[in-house]
Amino acid sequence: MTPTPPAPALVEPDRVHGSLYTDPEIFEQELTKIFESTWVWVAHDSELPKPGTFKSTYVGRQPVIVTRDRKGTVRTLLNRCRHRGASLCEKPRGEANGFTCPYHAWSYGLDGRLRGIPYPDGYEGVMEKSDLSLRALRTESYGGMIFASYDPDIEPLVDFLGDVAPWIDLFTKQGGGYPIKVLGRHQFTFRGNWKIQLENTTDGYHFPIVHRSWMASVDAETADMMSFMTDPECTTHSLGNGHSVMQMVPEHSDLDADDGTEPLQARFDGLVAELGQAGLDDAAVRRLVRAMHGTGFNLNLFPNVSLSNSFFRVLRPIAVDRTLVEHIAIGPDGPPEIVGPVNRERLRIHEHFQGPFGFGTPDDSEGWERVQRGAQAEPAMPIMVNRGMAREKAAGEGWPTSHVTDETGMRAAYAKWKEMMGDD
Amino acid sequence: MTDLVTGPALATAPPFLADPRVQRAIQLVWHEAALLDAKDYEVWAELYTDDALYVVPIERDTDDFAGSLNMIYDDKRMRQMRVARIVEGYSLSAVDAARTVRTVSRFTVTSVSDTEVRLRSAQVLVSFKRDEHAVLGADLDHVVVLSDGGDRIGGKVIRLLNSDASVNASGYLL
Repeated sequence: MTPTPPAPALVEPDRVHGSLYTDPEIFEQELTKIFESTWVWVAHDSELPKPGTFKSTYVGRQPVIVTRDRKGTVRTLLNRCRHRGASLCEKPRGEANGFTCPYHAWSYGLDGRLRGIPYPDGYEGVMEKSDLSLRALRTESYGGMIFASYDPDIEPLVDFLGDVAPWIDLFTKQGGGYPIKVLGRHQFTFRGNWKIQLENTTDGYHFPIVHRSWMASVDAETADMMSFMTDPECTTHSLGNGHSVMQMVPEHSDLDADDGTEPLQARFDGLVAELGQAGLDDAAVRRLVRAMHGTGFNLNLFPNVSLSNSFFRVLRPIAVDRTLVEHIAIGPDGPPEIVGPVNRERLRIHEHFQGPFGFGTPDDSEGWERVQRGAQAEPAMPIMVNRGMAREKAAGEGWPTSHVTDETGMRAAYAKWKEMMGDD
Repeated sequence: MTDLVTGPALATAPPFLADPRVQRAIQLVWHEAALLDAKDYEVWAELYTDDALYVVPIERDTDDFAGSLNMIYDDKRMRQMRVARIVEGYSLSAVDAARTVRTVSRFTVTSVSDTEVRLRSAQVLVSFKRDEHAVLGADLDHVVVLSDGGDRIGGKVIRLLNSDASVNASGYLL
């Protein structure tokens, strides 16, 4: 076997080394150089609706608690007692006044400060409580998307997002005039490397092949919205910093741009009637119903989240060959008589494709596992990401752009990977 | 639509196994399990009444399935499409689905009449695919509709032990 070259050399503009999926040493480096160095998505604002609410999650492989403190500030705290290291919180989400370690009852505020120690006399002259707050990650948000970083000196989140920010603004328009909120989540693991999933959200090429059985199960209008394979207007842009956007239904990218000529899908006739009875005018109904399938684009953010059609897709690396994926359903947050019927429809659409028993996810998952299994055959052989290189052009904004089925987004992500893995 | 909300198991278990109506219901549940392990999905779908819901919720305690996100929330139309998807041969996960063996037992009865039996049971499913066994535990709620023309399933809820955690994407049904 030939020795594997240093990680950055494994990525070329049009191909990557197969060991990127299989080498445990590369995986360990990725945790440090990528997941513990850059901005990682941790929560949506709606998951922390008021002071005292929290969510426990991970940044890389490290457990964290995302909290909204009494003043409304969102913090990301390592889920590890400063005393002997026990995890403080095992609930996925909830409401609390603070966190008390179950082992020796050291207690911490929502802001991470150490508030109390039982029998404190043993610590006199040994330490100061103020030195033992929970380790806090830098935490910033944009458009309701909350990110955290272990690096206190990292560039501001808005700079990291750069040209992504206006696309987040477009994505949130699917609230139809209301803010968006998390409605629920599917979680599943697959036996494969995290980058296989990162690639997938910017991979238009696989859709009609892997999802043929889903296409057969939806109505013609929905299938027609997915006719992007041969439509030259459907493009993928590289947005910088490894981020990209893949536009499958460009006419839905800005949901406020509606000239009123697009007929609403017949499947929503009942919903239209219900919203009319709830007092909405025609324009407000159109706004909500046209947004039912989301925005028609996948915004792929390096390294762990994508805003995809009508949901968030979040990946978490577990091992070199195991990855956890969440599909987080979202919908408008407003009066129950309006958002109730809208979100019931959105939930059904989400269930139809997403999740461990959806009509799409199991097929994606099988495809990703096949990549992992196959890549073990001679890992030195390259993984090709060259589709559309010869037709890639700069869009008006300067973004490298190609057809939606091209691998422009993957090339962007791997260029960022190469840059970060080279940082010593 | 059949109401799938079920009450608690009876506090003092009556000798329900002696009740022929309950025996018929259990027999149907076992028949269903055999069809699912055999992946005989077209025959399986025929066991269900037209108004039956087949649900795999995420929140284990909820009965508001319509208002929550589920893994499966199938009425007759969705059930038929699901079966078509699995059997038509275009779904790579279904073509390569794991083999399964399931045991359904620990029956309790929540209500019995001459037309309907509501059962709760435990299901342990062992799957095998590519050198790996996996185990899925679940509580099942069945509504069995009794009829001289043939007993049918009027609703089924599958509450997986790990429903609100990570569940592997599958090509088979529960």
